[in-house]
Amino acid sequence: MTYAGVSNEAMASASDTLIIGMILAYAAALFLFAIEAAYGRRTKLRAGRLMPVAAGAGTDSDQADDGIEVQVRTREGEARASQSVLGRIALGVTTLGFVMSVAQVVTRGLAAQRWPWGNMFEFVVALCLVAVAGLLFASFRYQARFLGAFVLVPVLLLLGIGVRWLYVDPGPLIPALHSYWVPIHITALIIAGGSFMVSGVAGITYLVSDRTEARRARGEEVTGVAGRLPSPELLDRLSHRFILFAFPLWTFGIIAGAIWADEAWGRFWGWDPKEVWSFISWVIYAAYLHARATGGWRGRKATWINVIGFATVMFNFFAVNYVFSGLHSYA
Amino acid sequence: MTQTETGTPPAESADEPAAAQPKGIGVVGWLRWTWRTLTSMRTALILLFLLAVGAIPGSILPQNVVSVDEVNTYVREHPDLAPWLDRFSLFDVFSSPWYAAIYLLLFVSLAGCVLPRAVAHARALRARPVRTPRHLGRMPYAARFSTDADPDTVLEQARKVLRGYRVERYGDSLSSETGYLREAGNVLFHLALLGLLLALAAGAFFGYRGNVLMVEGTGFANTLPSYDAIYPGHWTDTDDLQPFTLELDDFEATFIEEGGLRGQASSYVADMVYRESPDAGEGRHRLEVNHPLTVDGVQVYLLGHGYAPEFVVRDADGDVVFDQAVPFLYRETATFTSDGVIKVPDTGGEQLGFVGVFLPTAAETDTGELVSTFPGAENPRVTLEGYQGDLGLIEPQSVYRLSTEGMEELGSSPVMEVGDTWELPDGAGSVTFSGVSEYVSLQTNRDGSRPFALGAAATAVGGLLITLFVRPRRVWVRATEDAAGRTTVEVAGLGKTEVAGDNAEFHELTTRLADRLRDGSAGTMPPNTPSDPVDERSDR
Ligand code: HEM
Repeated sequence: MTYAGVSNEAMASASDTLIIGMILAYAAALFLFAIEAAYGRRTKLRAGRLMPVAAGAGTDSDQADDGIEVQVRTREGEARASQSVLGRIALGVTTLGFVMSVAQVVTRGLAAQRWPWGNMFEFVVALCLVAVAGLLFASFRYQARFLGAFVLVPVLLLLGIGVRWLYVDPGPLIPALHSYWVPIHITALIIAGGSFMVSGVAGITYLVSDRTEARRARGEEVTGVAGRLPSPELLDRLSHRFILFAFPLWTFGIIAGAIWADEAWGRFWGWDPKEVWSFISWVIYAAYLHARATGGWRGRKATWINVIGFATVMFNFFAVNYVFSGLHSYA
Repeated sequence: MTQTETGTPPAESADEPAAAQPKGIGVVGWLRWTWRTLTSMRTALILLFLLAVGAIPGSILPQNVVSVDEVNTYVREHPDLAPWLDRFSLFDVFSSPWYAAIYLLLFVSLAGCVLPRAVAHARALRARPVRTPRHLGRMPYAARFSTDADPDTVLEQARKVLRGYRVERYGDSLSSETGYLREAGNVLFHLALLGLLLALAAGAFFGYRGNVLMVEGTGFANTLPSYDAIYPGHWTDTDDLQPFTLELDDFEATFIEEGGLRGQASSYVADMVYRESPDAGEGRHRLEVNHPLTVDGVQVYLLGHGYAPEFVVRDADGDVVFDQAVPFLYRETATFTSDGVIKVPDTGGEQLGFVGVFLPTAAETDTGELVSTFPGAENPRVTLEGYQGDLGLIEPQSVYRLSTEGMEELGSSPVMEVGDTWELPDGAGSVTFSGVSEYVSLQTNRDGSRPFALGAAATAVGGLLITLFVRPRRVWVRATEDAAGRTTVEVAGLGKTEVAGDNAEFHELTTRLADRLRDGSAGTMPPNTPSDPVDERSDR
């Protein structure tokens, strides 16, 4: 069997060019986002989804044009974030990078003539694709483009690692991966993983922002990026939102994996290291959801659980492939 | 229990006081305290953590469920540490007593927490929305406006706006509630987890798993002695296994021939013939890696494959004393260089034994060494080392190992290709390399609870989606006539979850109601309500 047709080679090289293009775009966007985060004006965000209505005060009256007098009791302070016009440009550049990223995955799939997630390199690229999709979604829907300065950091790191150390030429898969459960199982886990990544990054940012808030409350002056971070409540809600999306998908992905394992290996669950770690992540995110529903655990403690969960997801994607031997070896 | 009736975030959950120590309340009090503590959310949280942390050694240390060989290797390499690890079941984490203690406690706690909830919820399902509170202004969302419409019209219109809510009128107000399903979803999710655990337990207790190695052209009957290894559950009746038979007609592995991935397998196909029972009709199945065969409720999987070179051994008189394909185990998959052992006990005289190396695609390296360069059998070669004496077969021993203690060496064979014969020294007989067969290693698996486990898992996902995305919330509308003869409309909303967006939605309801009333034309209003009035309003 040969897989190196001429058009495939063209696709493969297009795919490799696109990945460089998207790295450059994300790097430029990160630069601009970082400037926005560090030097933007701290602006009050519009009320909307995830944003308190009539944001701004514990008991705020707001006489609007339509004669409706609204009174909202929320614990949240006002939602503010550092903004500047550079952020808008950065968003555009990110979108451009994202388009390249989609094209890269498509051409890679065409070059290999299969679903383009069959090895570590392709996983990493797909994970970043999802994370950036999450960033764009959050930006347009929740005015959360301030996440760009944070989400693009791991994205670039991962892409760098991918290109530098994990790269392999497109090619066919080992027989164990010839199953329609592969696209289903892996796609679900990648989408969930990318969302956990956005959530984890938002969570880490929350922890910093929450400290800033605490220091302000003590009367300290907080300067620099830390002083301009978005309000902690907002970050908390964002990261929660992404987990709400990712957790059921992760659950589904694990189940799909079990069905596939049942067909391929004769058991649906065998405590292979990869399975163990996806179970660990699952349990930790379940703990996160419980923590949010438990007195005394919301806020910082819950967020730490989120960050640990994110760490286990990353560990699963990387360490388990290299450190442990198991049936799930794509490394 | 974790939900809030007051509008403050659900920080003060009911289980908090459970942790407080009981004082002087006797055995019953202690029991009650223990039970309350065990079924509290905080305990569940801690147990969940323990479940996660406890799984970590199961991924770091080799596990018997994954590979007994790896455990044995580890034990050999760490003679001091291993017995200690074993004492804490660290090679069997997932079947260890301490891990079982964690998850059983968790599930007791889960049952203790969720079952009462399920009962309470079943009652709540039929309940009418609660009476409208006196002071709507204290709700997390409260709005007020005036209209010329009379109170009854207001409430009538409000009913229309509150589509999907369960609405009850109390005097001058409506009380409404929606999102009942969330609680049901949550209960369903947790019960499905319990069901999953039960299904897994049933599978482990009543099923079995076995390994079989089959050479092309040979058969297998599903009985205990036919297995190379079998792992029955505690309550499996191994004398009464499903009476099916299998035969391996042909096996074919294909490998990538060209390019950087040369030697990587691209497909394995085993043509199987099977019968459900000895007198049932014959069925055929193309067994591939992701296409198991199901026969009589047992799954048969293709796990691996290898070469079984065929040998004919003649004794000193030239009589055939051995004519068989002998499965060799491969060292690595890239070249399939394989090792095997031939044991010939019945020679009439002294027993013979051979240790062989099989190279599927033999080639010489620059240094003159003979190696295999490809996993496919393109240029098969065998070399043997012969031994004569006592095979020591009285002791149970592995078919892949020759115990040479009671034997003397006969020397090494030349490199043989198919058809070559090695005349043994001292007229001890001869060995002919007569051909190459392939073998497959199969796994059989009988687990009647698989469909139930899948059903429980799917139910859990369904319940989870409902729990996470259905938002229970209450809305009240009160319409009272004011001194000036206009009607004051109060709208209040209470989200019962912390999922955001409730206030935005309540505000949308208010604007819709106000628009309808301003329009005056009941129910005929064009659907031009802004989709997100909240954004609009604050965009000014
Ligand atoms: C003693 C055991 C358990 C108790 C007492 C318990 C209790 C609860 C309660 C009260 C909720 C509702 C939270 C809310 O309304 O926001 C909940 C939600 C949930 N539980 Fe459990 N649970 C237990 C075990 C488990 C287990 C073993 C898992 C899975 C690993 C699990 C996963 C979840 C999830 C994912 C939610 C949804 C969280 C949310 O509503 O935001 N629970 N659990």
